[in-house]
Amino acid sequence: MIPNNFEYHRPANVQEALGMLSQYGDEAKLLAGGHSLIPTLKLRLNDPGHLIDIGHLKDLRYIRQEGSEIAIGANSTHSDVAFHALIEEHFPVMAQAGRLIGDVQVRNRGTIGGSIAHADPAADWPATLLATDAKIVIMGQGGSRSVAATDFFKGLYYTAVNEGEIVTEIRIPVPPAGSSSAYMKFMQPASRFAIVGCAVMLPGGSTDDPRVAFNGVSSAPFRDTGVEAALKGKVADKANIEAAAAHAANGQSVMSDHFASEDYRTHLAKVYARKTLYAATS
Amino acid sequence: MGNYIGKSVKRVEDKRFLTGKGRYTDDIVLPGMLHMQIVRSSYAHARVNRIDTSAAKAHADVVAVYTGADIHTDGNIIGVPCGWQVNFKNGDTMKEPPHPLLVKDKVRHMGDAVAIVIAETKEAAKDAAELVVVDYEPLPSVTDVGKAAAAGAPLVHDDVPDNLCFDWELGDKAKTDAAMETAHHITKLDFVNQRVIPNAIEPRAAIGSYDATNDKYTLYTTSQNPHLTRLLLCAFVLGIPEHKVRVVAPDVGGGFGSKIFHYSEEALVIWASNKLQRPIKWNSERSEAFLTDAHGRDHKTSAEMGFDAEGNIVGLRINTLANLGAYLSTFAPAVPTYLHGTLLQGLYTTPAIHIDLKAVFTHTTAVDAYRGAGRPEATFLLERMIDLSAIEMGMDPVELRKKNFIPAFDGVEQEGYITQVALQYDSGDYHPVLDRAVEMVGYEQFRKEQAEARANGRYLGIGFSTYIEACGIAPSAVVGALGARAGLYESAQVRVQPTGSVSVYTGSHSHGQGHETTFAQVVADKLGIPLESVDIIHGDSDAVAFGMGTYGSRSLAVGGSAIMKSIDKVLEKGAKIAAHKLEAAEDDIEYSDGQWTVKGTDKSIGFGDIALTAYVPHDYPANLEPGMDFSSFYDPANFTYPFGAHIAVVEVDPDTGKVDLKRFIAVDDVGNVINPMIVDGQIHGGLAQGIGQALFEGAIYDEEGQLMNGSYMDYTMPRADDLPSFEIDRTVTPCPHNPLGVKGAGEAGCIGSTPAVVNAVVDALAPFGVRDVQMPMTPERVWRAMHNGNGNGKA
Repeated sequence: MIPNNFEYHRPANVQEALGMLSQYGDEAKLLAGGHSLIPTLKLRLNDPGHLIDIGHLKDLRYIRQEGSEIAIGANSTHSDVAFHALIEEHFPVMAQAGRLIGDVQVRNRGTIGGSIAHADPAADWPATLLATDAKIVIMGQGGSRSVAATDFFKGLYYTAVNEGEIVTEIRIPVPPAGSSSAYMKFMQPASRFAIVGCAVMLPGGSTDDPRVAFNGVSSAPFRDTGVEAALKGKVADKANIEAAAAHAANGQSVMSDHFASEDYRTHLAKVYARKTLYAATS
Repeated sequence: MGNYIGKSVKRVEDKRFLTGKGRYTDDIVLPGMLHMQIVRSSYAHARVNRIDTSAAKAHADVVAVYTGADIHTDGNIIGVPCGWQVNFKNGDTMKEPPHPLLVKDKVRHMGDAVAIVIAETKEAAKDAAELVVVDYEPLPSVTDVGKAAAAGAPLVHDDVPDNLCFDWELGDKAKTDAAMETAHHITKLDFVNQRVIPNAIEPRAAIGSYDATNDKYTLYTTSQNPHLTRLLLCAFVLGIPEHKVRVVAPDVGGGFGSKIFHYSEEALVIWASNKLQRPIKWNSERSEAFLTDAHGRDHKTSAEMGFDAEGNIVGLRINTLANLGAYLSTFAPAVPTYLHGTLLQGLYTTPAIHIDLKAVFTHTTAVDAYRGAGRPEATFLLERMIDLSAIEMGMDPVELRKKNFIPAFDGVEQEGYITQVALQYDSGDYHPVLDRAVEMVGYEQFRKEQAEARANGRYLGIGFSTYIEACGIAPSAVVGALGARAGLYESAQVRVQPTGSVSVYTGSHSHGQGHETTFAQVVADKLGIPLESVDIIHGDSDAVAFGMGTYGSRSLAVGGSAIMKSIDKVLEKGAKIAAHKLEAAEDDIEYSDGQWTVKGTDKSIGFGDIALTAYVPHDYPANLEPGMDFSSFYDPANFTYPFGAHIAVVEVDPDTGKVDLKRFIAVDDVGNVINPMIVDGQIHGGLAQGIGQALFEGAIYDEEGQLMNGSYMDYTMPRADDLPSFEIDRTVTPCPHNPLGVKGAGEAGCIGSTPAVVNAVVDALAPFGVRDVQMPMTPERVWRAMHNGNGNGKA
């Protein structure tokens, strides 16, 4: 449990961190809460020459309303997000997901920015960001760009973040009044990551634009357009929800491991689509 | 009775444990200490063609790098011995291939030790270990016991045909075959009792230190039995006289069996400390612990239980394959045989029993005793079979058990019960534990709720388990006849200090059991002195005369009995001194509440005064030695036989197959109880482990012999939120053959609980036609069982 040697850097601000990233290139790794990175260092699965610690940067730790959007600084911890009044008010889906991440220690140290940049397919935030139509703000030395969540998560531990860039913020449109949402997950019993995590958002509380997203099911989180299309415009009653949920994970390449084989995981996706739709509409 | 026995005295050791002041092996830092890192095999089976240590040796701060070639040519070091010999059915000695400290030609399991790197710092040792280049030639491997026993399987040891360490049988085969011929009903089941990984909270560690000035070694190690480790290390591995080695097992953070055994790392640090003339520390990382701590269970069994038309068991016929792993761990041969086959009588009057067993090598980590050791496997077998039989014969599982229970016997007025499988139970009264558990769960009401729930698409289940275990291990002559290469007595020294306080030196070892409290309660009560006046010392071979350590729920039954013998000697001598001081005949002196009194008078003298007199013998009986310090060895007359009844209540989610353990009731009879709180704690911990095996735990090897779940991200340990608040109670049937009447409580929870949970899940899934679910009963397995039973996943 002793990592290889590395050089530790503590930049004073994002600009300095970007400079270091540029200087050390692929030798460098960003450290925020450390809850994904440190274990891989200790197991020597990851061997960066330079660790650039941005976890202490306070100007990346905030949750506030800016016009019609809620802005979440990347350094906000899982607890910051899960228990914030604005999140509880507008995004029950995120309040619920955040409370299901790891344990108290993990939630108090791990950051939302670190989690999504790491892009573990079984992490809990990605489905919620897809369902809430979030945008991720990524900063490079040339400035900032904003990427829709649907374009951000590209694959297993693979995102739209390029070398030399830092995730700085998540921006989510404030949903219309009457919106409802929910997140439910079937946990891997040892790690408590999601075997299946389902996020549902019904803007305005209607099924005009239902959003259903999964993490844990496939190598990247995804919006389940099959379920969404089947529910769109329908009354959210038991029969329609069950019929829509039956489409879950159709056409997806579903993961398999010793906790859940491909067909069992596919079955669970359908079960959790149904459960989460019920939760969002009850 | 005095003031302490039977009371939930708070654990005196907890002050240091709860304030972080425990002193564990890894807390010990010796001057000039070096650090050892072990290069371990990433292959299950491979020929080692070449080991290049040059880069590692050249690494900064590296002091030495050794391979098997350095050690196994050095004198006569063969490797780690086995402490128990089982013979083939035909009388041949079991196959006992060498278990080298570092491999010479082949690695035989993932994690097998290839080389050691010793450096000034742990960091340097670890860095340099990555620079050792091993040229492996991968070979076919086999991890599954059934496949390893099959013809043509890859051989673990070239000179062990069919990977067969030994075959073995117990019971009357002809009688059993005849009974099965005439049976009205035979229940058959093939099942696996899966491999589990112990996971004590403190990983193993060892420090070897050599003092050239007196040619003496000290080994600090995470051991459940330091004296046995010393014996094996000295006499069987390194050839060092025992008086030249001190073994200290300081605070140890749990063992569950995995720290009974003598491991090669202990020998390596001692050997290298002499080579380098510096102390050397090794501590296991968690990943290493998963790969190298001896694992538990791993049986593949075919069972048949025969009944007459009235539901009386007429015969039990068992075929078992036991996985031993790649090498023989210290007590490995005893576990599937004399700790398993001998328990197949259970609580039942079964008149004919036969077990046929093969012990098989595989390319896996060694398997040895793990909490319960053989007895959980026997209990699982019996309790699954009787529950399944109840289903097949349309009988109630409680009634079927009670119909077959052995009638009560106290071992005093009534003889101990002689089983068909070589044991004589000491005392037992089995109906009350089951009756009480059934009462606590509200069985009749439950069946009503279950029926209502099923009508609403909810699947509740109830599962029973009634068990017996053989504890208080063990009468030396008996185990010697069965192949043990050691006696299993215990020693105790009670040293009364001149001012009347008492130091007790016990050969038992506490690594979570609370001996410092329980033993002190016994001593304080029997001597009539305050608890604070008693200190319990254990775990140091230079302090304690001898010891056989702690496992097999033996500490109080055997170690406590040894203490009682020494206490008797103290009181006997005290009476002689008191008689002299009080000018009375010894026969007229009686002892109570810390005072020797001349019967019928108010003439008395206190314990402290007598102690002082013994050490300042100015006015003293002639012909009596000064001092008050007595050693005893106690060899039990028999095993002890705790028993109990466990009930699990579960609900299965038909959508996901997830099992929700809603209630768990345990009524155990562990004989007399010294500290109810500590016994409750032992039961609770045992239940968690037994339930863990049923629902969560299990080693998974892939086709290449890689352990797939060697971390807490993948290996599911039971957690608090997985478990209900346990509902426990006890009956008390004293052990008739030891002075405290105690039977042992350390393993009961783990032995009884596992089948109760499986039985409950099978009961819940009865509407789906399910008759068995393989452990661990993961949601997917349960879901598949629902879909496989009647084929459509619908009740």
